[in-house]
Amino acid sequence: MSQLDFSTTLGNAWFPTPIFTASGCASSGKELSQFFDLRDMGAIVTKSIMTKPRAGRATPRMAETPSGMLNSIGLQGPGIDTFLSNDLAWLVEQKARVIVSIAGETAEEFASLARRLRGVAGISALEVNISCPNVENRGMVFACHLESAQTVIEGVRRTIGGDLPIIAKLSPDVTDIVSIARGVIDAGADGLALINTVLGMVINPNTMRPHLGGRTGGLSGPAIRPIAVRAIYQVHEALPKVPILGMGGVSSGADAFELIMAGASGVSVGTASFGNPTAIVKIQNELRQILTVKGFSSLREAVGFAHRPENSVR
Amino acid sequence: MTGINRSAAQLLATIVGNKKVGQYHQILISVGELVSQCKPGNFVAISVGGPNSRMVLRRAFAISRTTTSPQYGGAIELIVAPFGSGSSWLCGLSEGEQIDITLPLGTAFGIPTTSVNALLVGGGYGSAPLFGLAEVLKERGCRVDMLLGASTGSKIYAPLEGKRSVNSLRIFTEDGSMGETGRITAPIAQLVSELQIDVIYSCGPMAMLKAISEILAGGDVVHQCAVEEAMACGIGICMTCVLPVKDESGKINNLRSCIDGPVMDGSAIEWDLVGKTLVL
Repeated sequence: MSQLDFSTTLGNAWFPTPIFTASGCASSGKELSQFFDLRDMGAIVTKSIMTKPRAGRATPRMAETPSGMLNSIGLQGPGIDTFLSNDLAWLVEQKARVIVSIAGETAEEFASLARRLRGVAGISALEVNISCPNVENRGMVFACHLESAQTVIEGVRRTIGGDLPIIAKLSPDVTDIVSIARGVIDAGADGLALINTVLGMVINPNTMRPHLGGRTGGLSGPAIRPIAVRAIYQVHEALPKVPILGMGGVSSGADAFELIMAGASGVSVGTASFGNPTAIVKIQNELRQILTVKGFSSLREAVGFAHRPENSVR
Repeated sequence: MTGINRSAAQLLATIVGNKKVGQYHQILISVGELVSQCKPGNFVAISVGGPNSRMVLRRAFAISRTTTSPQYGGAIELIVAPFGSGSSWLCGLSEGEQIDITLPLGTAFGIPTTSVNALLVGGGYGSAPLFGLAEVLKERGCRVDMLLGASTGSKIYAPLEGKRSVNSLRIFTEDGSMGETGRITAPIAQLVSELQIDVIYSCGPMAMLKAISEILAGGDVVHQCAVEEAMACGIGICMTCVLPVKDESGKINNLRSCIDGPVMDGSAIEWDLVGKTLVL
């Protein structure tokens, strides 16, 4: 059997495997390192960091739903200073590959975060999270408005310079995700992260009020996987050259393979790690097996395979 | 390695006992050598519902006690109330079946280095980890008194063998169906002075833990409480189980009750801010 080339690229960043954590689902890596070596996966995508320390939303912050969960964390984090000196420094020391995710309340905050990260060693790429649903002001969901999304990405691009790949994380809660995707690519993004959680709500039958402290939350887990597959498929069809970091309910190698066939060059694992701390290792091994059994010699050959004409062969 | 859950491992473990005790199930799980790492206060996270389950999150349970036998090696015991769909599934398993379990997780009760007077307070099945703790404290030469409480007698968990490891045991039920009538917190202030209590270990509903903290406020009795917050992961990555906790400088932060807890210093928790939006 020939050796499978399992590596992938997002913009000019190279990764030995296509499996990543999803931002907000691995904290800053330390917690998972008890269960597997962080260097064994593509990269850790850190929890979206903001300028100042942030306490996040009130509890309850989660509700399990059929094949999924709602979360309402609200970007709790230590702020960029502590992140750089503690979290990122530790990851670099571990020789883990890192994609830093940033979030801001304004386009200026995104740009200033990019300025803090410019020139910091050990970062493979920047995820610009313009689609967190758990914010008080829904106007902060930049990815729901083409112009605001573009303004953020333009600012980050201008600040960071040309080297570090920028991955814009988009929301599925829009009428036409392709137009937002095209807009942020035109504004300077190198790749796209698809999809963030889907806005949802659970009402508690005992209190007869919304269960989450923040009332609404982001739905994740296998329940949203078909939405992710659809979004990735639509965007890859329109923009076949743009690398996509796919995510949404992946909990097996077969799930990851589905997102890759839709057009993802890499796959992030989020909620599955909550249910299984070694989910990433399992998914990675299963995906490698599937690609080999299907006869692919490289991951790259499988990216977007579902778009090929009916009678085409691999 | 970072020190977060540094003894933890994930394994497929075999159920070696499942006995119904009142409203609860006493579930014994063979975990081999790991048993030596499990301390009173630690918890486990179990994958529930089988491979095709629509329940995607693990369920957290406190370890009630550990045991070792020539028959099944090291084992942990859990006291499970079959109230939700995940816990009901677990209670329905038979001896010999396997579960995917992660353990030991979280902080443990701090054990004094000298013999002190300890009062153990357990609400409902929150009493479960206190019996294992009582044994450890007795070995240290501590005086151990215990209070158990619940709304009604059927919700009291008090195994016979557990009663031997304490100097005294009083039971309170709100409906008077077992023991004394009233709330478990009623006698605490008096007991603290009568028995010259140095430390209170508590486990149970958050309202009970809060009430104990208020009784002890301003005094010098140490309050180690095992908190109960909804967790999605149990290992510190989801940030759902946070509680407002004051640090030495007086600054309040949302700490994860899975890795900075479940055992926390009751006097450091800002009980009135639980469930509120914290402004840093």
